[in-house]
Amino acid sequence: MTSSLSTASPPEVRRRPRRWLQKNLFNSWLNGLITIALGGVLLWAGVEFLTWAIVEADWRVIPANLPLYFVGRYPADQYWRLWLMLAIIGALSGLTWGVLAQRVVRLFTVPVLVGLSLGGLGMMLIPTPPIYRLFGLGITLVSVFSAWGGRQLARQFSQLGQWLSLLWAVTFLVAFWLIRGGLGLKVVSSNDWGGLLLTVLMSVASILLCFPLGVLLALGRQSSLPVVRGLSMAYIELVRGVPLISILFMGQVMIPLFLPEGVRPDRVARAILGLTLFSAAYLAENVRGGLQAIPRGQWEAANALGFNAPLTVGLIVLPQAIKISIPAIVGQFIGLFQDTTLLSIVGLLELLGISRAILANPEFLGKYGETYLFIGVIYWGFCYAMSIGSRRLEQQLNTGQR
Amino acid sequence: MSSSPDAPIPIWRDDRFWKAVFQIAILAGVIGLLSVFFSNLNDNLNRTGLQFSFDFLEKSASFSIGETPIPYSPSDSYLRAIAVGVLNTLRVVLVGFVLTTLLGILAGVASFSDNWLLRKLSLLYVEVVRNTPLLLQLIFWYFPVFLSLPPPQTPVQLPGPIFMSKTGIYLPWPTIAPAFWLWLVALIGGAIAAIALWQWRVKRQVERAESGLPQLVGLILLGIIGLGIVTIGFNWQVPQSPTPGRFTGGLRLSLEYTALLVGLVVYTGAFIAEIVRAGIQAVSRGQWEAARSLGLSSGQVMQLVVFPQALRVIIPPLNSQYMNLAKNSSLALAIGYPDLFSVASTSLNQTGRPLEMFIILMSLYLTLNLMISLVMNQLNRMVQVKER
Amino acid sequence: MTQSQTEMIQDAGDAGIETRPMIVAQDVQKWYDNHFHALRGVSLTVNKGEVVVIMGPSGSGKSTFIRTFNALESYQKGRIEVDGIHLCHDLKNIAEIRREVGMVFQQFNLFPHLTVLKNVTLAPIWVRRWPKAKAEEVAMRLLERVGILEQAHKYPGQLSGGQQQRVAIARALAMQPKIMLFDEPTSALDPEMVREVLDVMLSLARSGMTMVVVTHEVGFAREVADRVVLMADGLLVEAATPEDFFNRPQEDRTKKFLSQIL
Repeated sequence: MTSSLSTASPPEVRRRPRRWLQKNLFNSWLNGLITIALGGVLLWAGVEFLTWAIVEADWRVIPANLPLYFVGRYPADQYWRLWLMLAIIGALSGLTWGVLAQRVVRLFTVPVLVGLSLGGLGMMLIPTPPIYRLFGLGITLVSVFSAWGGRQLARQFSQLGQWLSLLWAVTFLVAFWLIRGGLGLKVVSSNDWGGLLLTVLMSVASILLCFPLGVLLALGRQSSLPVVRGLSMAYIELVRGVPLISILFMGQVMIPLFLPEGVRPDRVARAILGLTLFSAAYLAENVRGGLQAIPRGQWEAANALGFNAPLTVGLIVLPQAIKISIPAIVGQFIGLFQDTTLLSIVGLLELLGISRAILANPEFLGKYGETYLFIGVIYWGFCYAMSIGSRRLEQQLNTGQR
Repeated sequence: MSSSPDAPIPIWRDDRFWKAVFQIAILAGVIGLLSVFFSNLNDNLNRTGLQFSFDFLEKSASFSIGETPIPYSPSDSYLRAIAVGVLNTLRVVLVGFVLTTLLGILAGVASFSDNWLLRKLSLLYVEVVRNTPLLLQLIFWYFPVFLSLPPPQTPVQLPGPIFMSKTGIYLPWPTIAPAFWLWLVALIGGAIAAIALWQWRVKRQVERAESGLPQLVGLILLGIIGLGIVTIGFNWQVPQSPTPGRFTGGLRLSLEYTALLVGLVVYTGAFIAEIVRAGIQAVSRGQWEAARSLGLSSGQVMQLVVFPQALRVIIPPLNSQYMNLAKNSSLALAIGYPDLFSVASTSLNQTGRPLEMFIILMSLYLTLNLMISLVMNQLNRMVQVKER
Repeated sequence: MTQSQTEMIQDAGDAGIETRPMIVAQDVQKWYDNHFHALRGVSLTVNKGEVVVIMGPSGSGKSTFIRTFNALESYQKGRIEVDGIHLCHDLKNIAEIRREVGMVFQQFNLFPHLTVLKNVTLAPIWVRRWPKAKAEEVAMRLLERVGILEQAHKYPGQLSGGQQQRVAIARALAMQPKIMLFDEPTSALDPEMVREVLDVMLSLARSGMTMVVVTHEVGFAREVADRVVLMADGLLVEAATPEDFFNRPQEDRTKKFLSQIL
């Protein structure tokens, strides 16, 4: 096999990998040793893992519970609402992408195409009824199409960008309505929300809800008024000084105690409140970083033009500060997305919680490796995609303007 | 008109007045909100017949704790139970600091290695660990990894010897006797002497272009002495398995402790690796080139020029990583290690006193974080001053 | 000393121009938080239509001084009146004064997240409450006047320093101020861009704008100023017509300063 390959290929092609090996793996005896040791360990680990994954592991726990992982106990006859929501969000994401990338020469570059086809392939391979696979593929196509359309539209109407944030706000409300029901749709109790749906819902809701409080705290901490600064600092440092799990625990136990008798928000609401109060302190620190990066001259120019303090903050300082802190905020969102796992400890059935519930089912007892590996890949995929996106964004922010 | 005496400014147009009013209003708002909360709390507590008080701390805790660094029995007080929890937390956190720093620096420096495999491995480690939830990692270490260890009758034996089985991890450990502390002091003294000697050698080499051979001999001698202390003076107790399923000697680590420690160290290490990498990168290329053009070797450049400068960038963000590790140790609850948070939450369930427990928890974690900050600020000051 | 200076200033101001005082500063004193005595009793009157150039070594308090005119810096002693409005802790007075006083900074301080046009229209729309169409019409006229009409839809970061500073002038003018303050408007510019900014300032001065300019540009001072003032160590040393100031300086401090810069 090897010999036939080597005779078939021209000599320089054969030499190149060898030179590469020499340069990158065996350029000194120490490096050679490291390479051999690491290679051995990796090979052993790889073989062990593959034998486990192929021979020992029993993967039935995944397909048998697929709906649970993704949406928890959401009633199956209402799935269409979630698909509709996904389609709307997919279309809008595509549109946003198209508008943002209107100046880019080629929208569908090779990495993008590879990513899309991998996504589509993954969609086809998910062991669900064929109709759902088609839905998945369809939504991918919708977002691709709307990305193309968004690009064309953005070139025609320059105002489109401003409407996007409004469109997103409306979409969030619609999505929430579709999930929860009411107003003509059958109400699905929040106790039945679960899995990835609940994870995403809680992290998105918390990061959005923590914005007003977090920005106010950041401004407060920079304020020249001692009382405002002191109170903001006290809140920020207090929250950042204690573990999230204690805040969530207390959110479940204490929030009902602090409210008048009879007022008792449901579990999900309490969890979102706890996450929001927690993330506000961290968001405040991120936004503060952005605020500190704004030169004093911006404040002075605004004052000299006659803007009062609220206008200066709202029109000039905050837009710039938030733009600067976007990468940090995305990083925080990734952290928050991961932190929602802690809610499984206080009894919510988000992705990790539902997995633990499935593992408690006698039928799937002991399938720890399979289950945790599966949801680990899901978490990893989301977070990795977001961190790549945030890195891209950071590069764009660094090269654009200035 | 300019000479006319100024009419006093109406108070509602004076900016100082508004600044004061604004602050008072905010203070009043916060106090008002808190008082509403607390009156509700009072009502709710009255209904259940509980009074806010810390008296319950004196009562008998009547639950058992899996791991107790100090003697504890269920008849002891809640206070003692919490003390056990604090010690258990400190046990993980302090060991975790050392190990995670080592791992982080190793992985951070490895990302600059000229070995392709090592570089990629360091990258893979960081990307995988940072992008998966810590709690999932802890659960993964505990359930599929450590709990699937073989029963004690057929332990996994690693060189050392280290025995790993379902009942725990058994490590060789020095005999803790007065002599041990003496040897430890000697060892630390030797280490300080070695660092001083090393710096002296580098100074000689740089300033007088000496070979540094005498100092090198001194260093080697110190090393041999140190090795002697560690191997002989410490009087190692080696775990043994006289009968299958039973182990004597050495140190036993519970699976819960080990899983928590490994999980926290691996997770935090990835973040520290990123900090180290960014710190080394922050030392500009010009510095490398300038130093190389002075004729220093690449190892000397790293040691004399790049790393000291990188340290200045690395230490401040390390503080928050150490604080994160301390806070994250509270996830011990999920894998059944009795740390401070887990003991507190058991106490809470038994006594029904969330407010008191929350105050205790908050003050303890805040104290812990404050101490970490103090130490790190001190360290930071040392590094920054040295550079000037 | 202070009294005689004030008289001298007013005498100079009488020369030919309508004598309506736009800025009256009397014995202004300022301490910074660290107790540095930045202004140690400065008096100056600027009449309508007058162009006053303030010169002086760095750290002499000249920037601090003109920044007290629109309350960017507070002062602890003395009195400032701008167009008859007493500048003090009165919020309404500060707001009125800021609407009447435009300012151009050394570092341009354009808003980098907004286009040039938005930079110019932002204050008229939000502070003067003009309808957007009117604000844009005025802005376009001003941009044409400073010669950057074609760049209206670009972002400040895409312009050269000279162009940015001209946008900054247009932005200040869009509020239709009665007084323009220039705080070292050409110090951060590359040499080849200084001229284009000075030309704009020159034409502004010719149009009868009341201007107070902190600058080191001797040529500009000679050509445009009605009076040149030297400040040093937080004090006003000498004020005279450019002719007298550059050719027949009275004070030793002025002579020393001129020998350093000429």
